[in-house]
Amino acid sequence: MQMVMAIIKPFKLDAVRDALTDVGIQGLTVSEAKGYGRQKGQTEIYRGAEYAIDFVPKVRLEIVVDDDQVSQTVDAIRSAALTEKIGDGKIFVWPIGQAMRIRTAETGPDAL
Amino acid sequence: MNSIIRNAGALIFGLTLLVAPGSVLAADGDLNGANTAWILTSTALVLFMTLPGLALFYGGLVQSKNVLSVMMHCFAVACLASLLWLFGVYSLAFSEGNAFIGGLSKAFLSGVGWDSLSGDIPESVFFMFQMTFAIITPGLIVGAYPERMKFSAVLMFSALWLVFVYAPVAHWVWGGGWLAEMGVMDFAGGIVVHTTAGISAIVVVKMLGNRNGFPRHLRPPHNPGMTMMGAAMLWVGWFGFNAGSALAADGNAGMAMTVTHISAATASLVWVAIEWIKFGKPSLVGIVTGMVAGLATITPASGFVGPAGGFLIGLSGGMICYYAVLYVKHKLEIDDSLDVFAVHGVGGILGSLMVAFLALPSFGGSGLADGVTPVSQLGVQVIGIAATVVWSIVFSWIILKLTSSVCGLRVTDDEITEGLDLAAHGERGYTL
Repeated sequence: MQMVMAIIKPFKLDAVRDALTDVGIQGLTVSEAKGYGRQKGQTEIYRGAEYAIDFVPKVRLEIVVDDDQVSQTVDAIRSAALTEKIGDGKIFVWPIGQAMRIRTAETGPDAL
Repeated sequence: MNSIIRNAGALIFGLTLLVAPGSVLAADGDLNGANTAWILTSTALVLFMTLPGLALFYGGLVQSKNVLSVMMHCFAVACLASLLWLFGVYSLAFSEGNAFIGGLSKAFLSGVGWDSLSGDIPESVFFMFQMTFAIITPGLIVGAYPERMKFSAVLMFSALWLVFVYAPVAHWVWGGGWLAEMGVMDFAGGIVVHTTAGISAIVVVKMLGNRNGFPRHLRPPHNPGMTMMGAAMLWVGWFGFNAGSALAADGNAGMAMTVTHISAATASLVWVAIEWIKFGKPSLVGIVTGMVAGLATITPASGFVGPAGGFLIGLSGGMICYYAVLYVKHKLEIDDSLDVFAVHGVGGILGSLMVAFLALPSFGGSGLADGVTPVSQLGVQVIGIAATVVWSIVFSWIILKLTSSVCGLRVTDDEITEGLDLAAHGERGYTL
């Protein structure tokens, strides 16, 4: 099992959800996040004054998938979240030690 | 059967009222019911400008951790000003006195009864209408010092300011004082309200200091939508402010309302057009700031100019106030945080100057007094503005020195970091 975590632009959430549903992902966790990358935040202008927005609002997705689903999950997220503009986000993948469904106590891939 | 008789009686009584309004009025002496009704309405409109208009307008422009403190300032100043108005500030401004200040004969509304008239409206209505101006004027100054001034200092400064700055200037211009004698034109408060507040705002900032992080490390307005809602209430309330200042339900009021609206709409579009050209994006905060600039600028001229004058004033107000904001914040680096001087002060002064020309019948205005030329009127306007500027600077400075020695002006850096909502008031604006 692998954890796929993606940081995406907030307005791309629905598109990414649809793409993941299409490749058979059963569930995911979403949280609002803020951060910066190479773009170093952004600026906004109010009454002629520039304000530095050091941490840009993003959405963080967390999905645990079986090993054979990793590449299609990553591809689905990337193609749906892509705008080709700076700030599209990042995807991280790492191994998961164990999973359990609380209601039934199933473990491993069955719990996903 | 009984109810039919009663209804018939009511109908006959109603018809009597309809056919004989003159006799009903005559019973009340010189009171004019229509004028009274309009000034009652205007009073509510102008109070609505402060509560909640100004509170929302300013509240949206500060950080989320300071939104309640700004609303608290507006609300508390409104309550405080109301009591002071009763206790004697009304009397100092509007009762008989000398050329510089009124007396205390009407303190606590002494001698003002149920039947007392001011012109052809009850004096109680005039008292209330003018009270709402005395509420919003120190309320405007709240925009100079948000996010860093002590609440106790806000109260003490506002109270003394009403007595020593607002009351005398209101007396000079509207209470039969020396500027009124000279024939100064200030229909609804370009000098009395916007110049006093705008100039004093700069003095407050100079003595209080800038926000921490000004000018390069500030947080943006936390809720521009809230600011727009407050601004829209200001616009509506300004109908009472300007058209109510006719003190009558007549053509003067109607034209004042018309030019007020034209100026606001024009300045809004001017401001946002400049932004659009300069920065590529027309902003909501920009369009509503332009609206306030247009309204402040038309205020002194509103009862004197026609639609063309309203348009020209909106055009100039939007443009000049826009550059005044940049000049004060970027060049002078004075953190008049919500641009009280650049929008209200500059707008009020600009309108007070332009009225000398735009009041001419050739611009569709109501005309100048007999024997007065635009240039001589301009001279009077300059004297009125200069005297008000000097008076506001000197007395605001003295009041702030006094306030500073009694309770201090600025909260600690730790309290600024925590936010005034929690640090000063023990509440938070948003619990998410």
